[in-house]
Amino acid sequence: MSSVRLIWRKSVNAVMLTLTGVAAFGVVCILFLILGYFVYNGGRSLNWAFFTRLPTPVGESGGGMANAIIGSLKLLFLAALIGLPVGLMAGVYLAEFGGKAFAFVIRYTTDLLNGVPSIVIGIFAYSLAVAPVKHFSTLAGGLALGIMVVPITLRATEEFLRAVPGSLREGAMALGASKWRTIATVVLPAAAGGIITGMLLSLARVAGETAPLLFTALGNRFWSPGWSQPTAALPLMIYEYAISAYDDWHRQAWAAGLVLLAIVLLANLGCRMALGRRGMPRSS
Amino acid sequence: MKKIVLSSLLLLCLAATVSAQGNTLLLNAAGATFPYPIYSKWFDVYHNEHPNIQINYQSIGSGGGIRQVLAHTVDFGASDGPMSDEQLAQAGFKILHFPTVLGADVPSYNVPGVTAELNFTQKALAGIYLGTITKWNDPEIANANKGVNLPNADIVVVHRSDGSGTTYIWTDFLSKISEDWKNKVGKGTSVNWPVGLGGKGNEGVSGLVKQTPNSIGYIELIYALQNSIPFGKVQNAAGKFLKADLAGVTAAAAGAAKDMPDDFRVSITNTPGAAAYPVSSFTWLLIPAKIDDAAKRDAVKGFLKWMMTDGQTYNETLSYAKLPKPVVEKEMKAISLIQ
Amino acid sequence: MSTTATTIDRAAPPEVGPRAFIRRLRDGDEIAHVVTLVFAAAILLITSLLVYELWMDSRLSRAKFGWDFFWTRTWDPIFDHFGALPFIYGTLVTSVVSLMIAVPLGLAAAVFLAELAPRRLSDGIAFLIDLLAAIPSVIYGLLGIFVVVPLMRTVIGPALKAVLGKLPLFGGPNYGVGFLTAGIVLAIMVVPFIISVSREVLLTVPGDQREAALALGATRWEATWQVVVPWARTGIMGSVFLALARALGETMAVTMVIGNDPKVSASLFAPGYTIAAVIANEFTEATGDLYLSALIELGLVLFLMTFILNGLARILIVATERGGGHPS
Repeated sequence: MSSVRLIWRKSVNAVMLTLTGVAAFGVVCILFLILGYFVYNGGRSLNWAFFTRLPTPVGESGGGMANAIIGSLKLLFLAALIGLPVGLMAGVYLAEFGGKAFAFVIRYTTDLLNGVPSIVIGIFAYSLAVAPVKHFSTLAGGLALGIMVVPITLRATEEFLRAVPGSLREGAMALGASKWRTIATVVLPAAAGGIITGMLLSLARVAGETAPLLFTALGNRFWSPGWSQPTAALPLMIYEYAISAYDDWHRQAWAAGLVLLAIVLLANLGCRMALGRRGMPRSS
Repeated sequence: MKKIVLSSLLLLCLAATVSAQGNTLLLNAAGATFPYPIYSKWFDVYHNEHPNIQINYQSIGSGGGIRQVLAHTVDFGASDGPMSDEQLAQAGFKILHFPTVLGADVPSYNVPGVTAELNFTQKALAGIYLGTITKWNDPEIANANKGVNLPNADIVVVHRSDGSGTTYIWTDFLSKISEDWKNKVGKGTSVNWPVGLGGKGNEGVSGLVKQTPNSIGYIELIYALQNSIPFGKVQNAAGKFLKADLAGVTAAAAGAAKDMPDDFRVSITNTPGAAAYPVSSFTWLLIPAKIDDAAKRDAVKGFLKWMMTDGQTYNETLSYAKLPKPVVEKEMKAISLIQ
Repeated sequence: MSTTATTIDRAAPPEVGPRAFIRRLRDGDEIAHVVTLVFAAAILLITSLLVYELWMDSRLSRAKFGWDFFWTRTWDPIFDHFGALPFIYGTLVTSVVSLMIAVPLGLAAAVFLAELAPRRLSDGIAFLIDLLAAIPSVIYGLLGIFVVVPLMRTVIGPALKAVLGKLPLFGGPNYGVGFLTAGIVLAIMVVPFIISVSREVLLTVPGDQREAALALGATRWEATWQVVVPWARTGIMGSVFLALARALGETMAVTMVIGNDPKVSASLFAPGYTIAAVIANEFTEATGDLYLSALIELGLVLFLMTFILNGLARILIVATERGGGHPS
């Protein structure tokens, strides 16, 4: 082989490998850029008023997003209430009881549900929980988010239950425990760490969802009492304020974005660090 | 640790549920973004005066207001395009229109280097929105603005992406001044725009115009003022170029005030009169004639009465014109129609 | 790995009949089985209900427009004439643009992480990139409006126009919002998926493939590009489909930067509209049953597109991971 050709191949090698490194670091840089933008722009606008005050009339400054923060918390609570048990129980079924065919169908359907665009879930929640009762509500928003929570929770539950060694199960049975007892007192606790992290991740994911809330929770300038009234939510406020022309609203949008980003990233960081990367259920 | 988190979560939920049990009456309304600044002010002030009544208004566009009133998912709606006969027939129940304020659509623009107030002839506005006039230095615009150095740049047209009463007013005006527009596009809350970018709500259009050089967009007067976006003068039916202001809008409504139809649905765009601003309009609250819940009914009636008296004092600071006296008198009588 | 061996705690042979059922019921196992089954079936119920609702609520539009719905360009609420073409076009264009940016970038990064980086660095970087995937859509939208759009208008657009302005693809005025901007924002949103899945798939390529190539005198790059990557190519295709499915359904980030104009345009600088964006903007205000039905039909179309793509992605990725990669 001529040395010219060799030099060419070696240079191509060096260049391409460097490019791959640049690509990887480039993507990581994007993450830090995003964080930097939000910390800078959001941090400037974050103040006590933001957390404690209600929105002011249009065009007046000094308002806050207290109701949106509480609204988001309420929605998350509902999503957890509706979605987590379904995901958990179904995951237990798939891991412990399932027959081949039915289990395959369930798994496939869950994947399907996971891939449905969130706006379509919003349409579904609207026709299920808003149109029949003729008003927008926190409940409808919670339902939409709850549906989105199910697939991730189910996947995490099933994976971590399966990862529990058979010896643990057999030991329990050898001691006379029935199947459900084994599951409840031995297997689930063993898998608890992973399952809970999966649950937290699913909640972190829906915390930032906006589209399904557009026609379920609608939005509210005031506190939303109870569960059957429209409610404000952080992502909704960010959207409304970001597309407007008011500088004060823009500042608040950055601040809200920072808060949302912080919640989501801290939850993800915490969960992933607790589990170690290998142990993560696939996020896709 | 887990116990603390769990119990505080529980307390939070209890608190949320308990707060429902207070005797707060929550009314939900949705609709026009055109009057959103004054409505949000009114509902805020009204809540301060009547702490147990909360009126939650979501500005989702007039189209949304009409749709949600029809679907009965809100207690009342708001729109600057009056409901058509078909829409009213679609309702299956009677819906009343109550004018609240008078406002104006203005052609706001963002042309770098141009600080003067531009004059827009009727032909110019129709041409721009039809897409037949594409450059800022087109003769139709330049001839009305002698001495202004208009750039040879493409006009970025901005319109609404959502169903909008502001659009209704604008297209109503364009339909009256341009046969072409009337036949090709028509008037409505949502039309098939020949050209342009879409912004969501008056807020979105203002945002787009403010950020996009060489753009023009129609927005309600107060949005242009609050966001310091320059806007131009519009040529009225009498040929004069007028900048939108309270006097011009009130003049436009003068004729209608005397001959207001019983259902209050009237168009005041392009009215004759030298001092009339041509793109003016009433905006209405859409209220079902029959409200079953007694507390809600009283709250709505109470608000309407307040709105027509004390409420009107806030109009002018936010650059909306007050309702003419004859209209207010007629409305006061119409309140009794709400059962 | 669930065990089916419950024979240990039964001294008597298995019984049949109703009395046995009641006995098993009292054991609690049967209850557990039934309860968890019900929850699992609930998922089936929800999904079927979703498809059913989409199908039923769009029947007005489907009846009136039929297959023409897919070719019609007009979206006219006044004259009640609705067509899906601009939205399907916009959805596809933005997704393709995003993939054209994200696939090279993502694949390159995945190659780096799987082949070159020491394990700990690779895990650390992959961990950070996964965080990108967790960022909500509306946050990307916010950045899109205040960072990408001005950048497009002042830097990227003029640069592209200077070089490629003659092509119709880059013709027309540059507003800042438009297909290209939406494509760029989407690219950032989907690149973590490509990297994550491709990296995992590349890691499953057997070491001997790599070593054989190197033993034959290939450079590191040649071994990677000509042996390892082709081995994993079905899985990588799967990751691309996954990213595509994600891009198709993105709503908030897109509607904030695409210009919201239902037009089919040749230029990437032109404003456009996607299915998800039009539903988000017009759903709450669609007066008229046909209008609403048309919007829901669009939702049905989107659902079907993502359904097919996700299915394909799943098949491809699983096939590769089970060692079904093609030797080059």
